[in-house]
Amino acid sequence: MKKVLSVLVLLLVCAVTYAGGYRVSLQGQRSLAMGHTGVAVVNNAEIAFFNPAGLVYLENKLNIAVGVSGVFADVNYQNTEFGQSAQTDSPTGTPFYFYASYAVSKNVSVGLAAYTPYGSSVDYEQDWAGSHLVNNIELAAIYVQPLISVKLGDVFSLGGGPIYVSGSVNFNRNLNRTLTDLDGNRSNVTLDASGVSAWGWSAGFMFNPTDDLHFGMNYRAQIDVDVEGGDATFSNVPNSPLAPVANGTVGFDATLPLPAEWTVGMSYELGDKWTLAFDYNLAVWSAYKSLDIDFAPEDVPDSVNPRNYDDASTYRFGAQYVMNDKITLRGGYYFDESPVQEGFFAPETPRNDSHGFTGGLSFNVNSKLSIDASFLYLKFEEVDASYIGYQENGQAVPFSGTYKSSAFVPGLGVSYKL
Amino acid sequence: MKKYIKFIAVLALGFASCEADLDNPIEENFYSSGTADFTNYVAVGNSLTAGYADGALFITGQNNSYPNIMAQQFSLVGGGDFNQPLMDDNLGGLKLGGSVITENRFVLAVDANGNPGPARLGGDPATDISNVLSGSFNNMGVPGAKSFHLVAPGYGNVAGVPTGQANPYFVRFASEANATVIGDAIAQSPTFFSLWIGNNDILSYATSGGVGVDQTGNFDPTTYGSNDITDPNVFASVYQSQVDLLVGTGAKGALINIADVTSIPYFTTVPFAPLSPANPNFGPLIPTLNATYAQLNGAFAFLGVPERSISFATDAASAVVVLDESLLDISAQLTQVLIGGGLDQATATIFGLQYGQARQATASDLLLLTSSGAIGQLNEGRLAQLMAFGVPAADAAQLSINGVTYPMEDQWVLTPAEQSAVAAAQASYNATIQALAGANDLAYVDARAALQAIAGGGVPFDGGVVTSTFVTGGGFSLDGVHPSPRGYALTANTIIEAINAKYGSTVPNVNIGAYGTVTISND
Repeated sequence: MKKVLSVLVLLLVCAVTYAGGYRVSLQGQRSLAMGHTGVAVVNNAEIAFFNPAGLVYLENKLNIAVGVSGVFADVNYQNTEFGQSAQTDSPTGTPFYFYASYAVSKNVSVGLAAYTPYGSSVDYEQDWAGSHLVNNIELAAIYVQPLISVKLGDVFSLGGGPIYVSGSVNFNRNLNRTLTDLDGNRSNVTLDASGVSAWGWSAGFMFNPTDDLHFGMNYRAQIDVDVEGGDATFSNVPNSPLAPVANGTVGFDATLPLPAEWTVGMSYELGDKWTLAFDYNLAVWSAYKSLDIDFAPEDVPDSVNPRNYDDASTYRFGAQYVMNDKITLRGGYYFDESPVQEGFFAPETPRNDSHGFTGGLSFNVNSKLSIDASFLYLKFEEVDASYIGYQENGQAVPFSGTYKSSAFVPGLGVSYKL
Repeated sequence: MKKYIKFIAVLALGFASCEADLDNPIEENFYSSGTADFTNYVAVGNSLTAGYADGALFITGQNNSYPNIMAQQFSLVGGGDFNQPLMDDNLGGLKLGGSVITENRFVLAVDANGNPGPARLGGDPATDISNVLSGSFNNMGVPGAKSFHLVAPGYGNVAGVPTGQANPYFVRFASEANATVIGDAIAQSPTFFSLWIGNNDILSYATSGGVGVDQTGNFDPTTYGSNDITDPNVFASVYQSQVDLLVGTGAKGALINIADVTSIPYFTTVPFAPLSPANPNFGPLIPTLNATYAQLNGAFAFLGVPERSISFATDAASAVVVLDESLLDISAQLTQVLIGGGLDQATATIFGLQYGQARQATASDLLLLTSSGAIGQLNEGRLAQLMAFGVPAADAAQLSINGVTYPMEDQWVLTPAEQSAVAAAQASYNATIQALAGANDLAYVDARAALQAIAGGGVPFDGGVVTSTFVTGGGFSLDGVHPSPRGYALTANTIIEAINAKYGSTVPNVNIGAYGTVTISND
């Protein structure tokens, strides 16, 4: 027992659990504790997210899992050429999930899922060295999804459902590196849009060649969140016909892709106590080429912000150990490849490749209810990076520096079965 | 269950220790102060040190003063707070006893025809110099100060402001009425200082078009007028006493030399030949003007000064007519020759007086920025004079057009002779500064070379090239004399580099692209 604990502690200390871009992989405490694997793990209602085809294999009639995480993320930036430094003071993010499934028959289950797979909350000091790119950003998307899972034969099942997304964004940056009003206050713009809805879907299958071995595959389609008629508020712009815009609020349109994600994986039950799992994710980030803001008035110059993301892989490993009928321990690791390409490292999503170290446990309060706790420590390598997509007078002005990020994410959830 | 909670708590502690610290954070001894000590930096100087720009002193300009920019970088190597005698607003005008005594700043405004140009910002300034600030100030830059002013007791006495014996800017923060600038500086026991003084000892002469006197040879500065050139020996004497006092505190520091006046847009913006034949107010008059000047040119030739001939081209822009005080005054002879040529005595007398020291400008003449509003305009003073002589109004008006019929007066032009006087004093001052830097083992900052680079090909940065072109070049503010914030940032970098070279420190430069240029506003 002590040995197991020590291994878990080692795994946990200074490990990592996010995913690249603005993907937030925190869709279940049990899965997260196992490196956020789950496409082939039938454990609790979390499978509704990871692979809806697995819902039909849940043993109970009714299965519910809810949980919430606290994301404590830090970004440190510095530029040694000019002695500049910045630290984010981002608000604590609280991604959550709710999953429920109900077995209609032996071969058919239905379910409902609500989760927050995309989001970002980064808050730099106002007017920091990179304030012409971002001062702060708050991006949130809630997915709500009815599901159906059908068993075809003894070893194969399918599942899926439509996704309704409600998204919001609030983003502030300075207009450029130097423009101020007469009192030296930096001219800036705030983009705000909320209640933006969109539709998508996900589907998967599961294949169980033996009682102990499971394979799964899941696909979640890309959803483009089209902001139409958001509010762009310009502030501290000097009163002059020479200024690019005037103070006040105008409409804007923009599209933010929530990229498609492929997952394949397997799990293996080793005796009564051990479960091992492996997942591979491919996030189709190549959909995110540029963030273009089209301001409604024709005389307000549009904002084109190249991103040039590339598809990115994540490799996830997890293990579960059933210690006794009260306690189950879990640990995991993942390597998360960044979709950000060289020269396009924008401080609004300062993500380079990262290592996620996870751990957690479930405590069975009784035969129906258990408490699921998890930790994620996401560690990014220190990186020297730049963003070359910003221009002044037609000339690219790179924003360069050294970044180091980390995130610490404790999470708590409840699983209920009846 | 309890022990698991304990287990979770231990884990949480473990995670908390894994913060995203950089391997070599710049906050922790990343940069070195070398053999210098930047704990208490005091900057001594004039308007350049104060952060004066756009024809006034105001808060944002002060925040972008080169000493304040340097102090921000010094904070990475142990530098402390840097206090400045901040103005009360961003308008910049000064008041004394409720009356405005200096104007508000320039901003780049767009006129009714859509043309951008410098204009004074409107509004009632909040800074009254009789509200004396308390405390000491690291920025001891006093706009308008000449070298000998820094050691003059009473330079901050409000009673002396109306008579010009005191400086309204120093009044605001002098420790007492009889204080000296240098005395208040060393009373702060600086560990590091910069001294940039002497610019106004030549600049006020230059920006006045040389209406002052070159006082070389006069060792008594109390007899100098405000637009005079300071005698180089007077400069050397007071400068040495200032360096001695500053070094006497045990501080290390940097001495900054004097840049060429010919590097600044105040002297390089208005062309010497601005009179275009395409100008409908000028072009049609050219034949008549040339016919009139032909008589005069004949007289110039007869008197042996054919180089003073005046004529306007019909196919190219022509040089303005200027008054050059260094020319031999041939008014009397000219009048006689013109009479001999058949001109009536009254007209010949007026012509003789008007053109006795006149010539057309050449590329060697520097027309002042302020002349742009005068060239080709009716000179009301001359018109009144001529009418008083009995010249009919129409004729008098024809003879009173600045630069066309009436030679540009001394205050609009810095002639080669005046430039030579400036350059001679400047070279002597700079020799003194460099020698004292060497003798006292201080950093020597060649601001002259730095400014030449800006005025030459320009200085590249991550967003373009900084030049000294007025308004658009980025290096200078709208008064054409003082730097823009970007120009001051470049100045700070120049000084930092000299300090690093001297003291082995590694203070980083600032990114000049992050500093603005001219302020746009239609307020």
